[in-house]
Amino acid sequence: MKILLMGNPNVGKSAIFSRLTGVDVMVSNYPGTTIEFKKGRIKLDEQLVEVIDVPGTYTLEATSRAEKVAVSMLEEGDLVIDVVDATNLERNLYLTLQLLERNIPVIVVLNFWDETRHLGIQIDAKKLETHLDTPVIPAVAVTGVGIKELVSRLPEARAHANRFDEGGRWSEIGKIIKEVQKVTLKKHTLLETVEDMSIKPLTGIPITLLILALVFWLVRSVGENLIAYLFNPLFKLYLPAVTGLSDMLGRGGIVHDILIGTLIEGKIDYIQSMGLLTTGLYVPLAIVSPYVFAFYLILGILEDSGYLPRLATLVDAVLHRLGMHGLAIISMLLGFGCNVPGALSTRILETKRQRFIAATLMAIAIPCMAQTAMVFALLGPYGIKGLGIYFVTLFIIWLVLGFLLNKMLRGEVPETFMEIPPYRMPYFGSLAKKLWMRMRSFLTEAIPFVLLGVLFVNVLYVLGVIEWISEATAPLIVGILGLPKEAVASLVVGFLRKDVAVGMLLPLGLDMGQLIVASVVLTMYFPCVATFVVLFKELGAGDLIKATTIMVVSALLVGGVLNALL
Amino acid sequence: MDVSLFDLQTGQKATIKQLKGGGEFRKKLASLNIRIGKTIRKITAQPLHGPVVIKIDNTEATIGMEMAKKIVVEPLGAE
Repeated sequence: MKILLMGNPNVGKSAIFSRLTGVDVMVSNYPGTTIEFKKGRIKLDEQLVEVIDVPGTYTLEATSRAEKVAVSMLEEGDLVIDVVDATNLERNLYLTLQLLERNIPVIVVLNFWDETRHLGIQIDAKKLETHLDTPVIPAVAVTGVGIKELVSRLPEARAHANRFDEGGRWSEIGKIIKEVQKVTLKKHTLLETVEDMSIKPLTGIPITLLILALVFWLVRSVGENLIAYLFNPLFKLYLPAVTGLSDMLGRGGIVHDILIGTLIEGKIDYIQSMGLLTTGLYVPLAIVSPYVFAFYLILGILEDSGYLPRLATLVDAVLHRLGMHGLAIISMLLGFGCNVPGALSTRILETKRQRFIAATLMAIAIPCMAQTAMVFALLGPYGIKGLGIYFVTLFIIWLVLGFLLNKMLRGEVPETFMEIPPYRMPYFGSLAKKLWMRMRSFLTEAIPFVLLGVLFVNVLYVLGVIEWISEATAPLIVGILGLPKEAVASLVVGFLRKDVAVGMLLPLGLDMGQLIVASVVLTMYFPCVATFVVLFKELGAGDLIKATTIMVVSALLVGGVLNALL
Repeated sequence: MDVSLFDLQTGQKATIKQLKGGGEFRKKLASLNIRIGKTIRKITAQPLHGPVVIKIDNTEATIGMEMAKKIVVEPLGAE
């Protein structure tokens, strides 16, 4: 047996799913968080039953790719839990009525039950139950209210085969609403004032700039402090162990070079040595993970508050000129964490053209947090100037390339039409869970790749492959980019892990200009392998070739220009 | 006097009178309950031909400028 969780976007399906099955899923306060269906299990009468969390859809006549997934899932289900936003009952009932025409048992959950009271909405759930002729259960998904009742009443779900046309559905809904819902008009609430202020351009744009500055400052200071007061002391404690091992191995030789790396002035240097047990652990754990942690903590708060759809509205006019919908800004933000979820999230965009532009721009101009952390380490000593030039250059590339792609590619951007959820207080439990899920996937996916990257560097050096490549590419690297020919090793490794690649620039003794050129080129020239695989799945081979060609060409072009200027 | 949602003054409430578009257009709007007879409040319009933002029931909706021009409303007077 299969149970489907269905409903409009952003009604809390994933929160209910995770309550029912105990499976961890991402829950956020913006439409389109769930882009793929997720499966879990629940025990019913001593029997394991599959529960599927389906992406949100407003109707069963799907338009976006995520919605089509939702509708096609319906064929396989045996029971539907229809999650309804109780604060927007009227429009949510449209999908409910459509589901009640499908001859599949449906049970209705009225989520956000706690919010109805503050909004002056009174719903008679019992009466609604009589009208729909199937159980209706008030619930608060994030805290778990109503979940027990939902499970116990699942067997009561009734199948129907009503027949309505569109007009018929709305007039039926009109009748139901009249009988079950009473709305006491409330005055403009404080929350509403804040909502209005953050979306009106005159106040909303300054608020956005303030938030972005705050995010940048918080990520940097939380990250820096974690490194200085937690991770560096820890790795100091670890130093005698690796130093001892280094002495045991005779301070040289192939095994030593792979495990410990090269000694710098007779000592282990965690960033430059390039050994599995030194750089391979220090980079992902001590430099990258603090920033990843800081970024995801703050992103989680932004996601759960409901701010992101407002940001999407504010930037919509600009993003339209770059060939995208305002919502693409969420893909970009996710990309700053890691390009993989960023690329996946482009599915919320309706057209193939938009998804191509958004994914390409993100892969070119948005450095992931792992890379950003290393750039902080590399350019940080040059103060705001070095970092400023790096980020401003990428921002200009993002703007110019988007503008050009939008001009050159056939087709246009469809009109924006989206829902903006109310602000909600981020719920600590789901914030912590989301942060943990993201950290876990970073640690389990990044560390093996970093180790692989470090191993790969050593093997290539030992085999003389790097020397051979740097001779072959010297005209490009030296001639156009103005970097020493050894810098090509970092570009080779960049395909595996960009953080390791940025770290490899350190021993080259570059000046600030060269460091900026190398950092920008490393960001742009090619996606890392994890992003590459996802882009292949999302865009297809043809568009991926197009996207990567754009990357290589524009990276050389921009690198050359920067080299001439700096 | 009826005006388009695009021309409606910011902050004003209005009743939706007419949707100048085909079935697809009406269905899209109906997904957020934007239908003839419903009351909305225009919160703002973004500059540079950006979208219009309205409040309908308990949701806000962002509506592209061209779409907003095709939604005819009757103002109910400023708040």
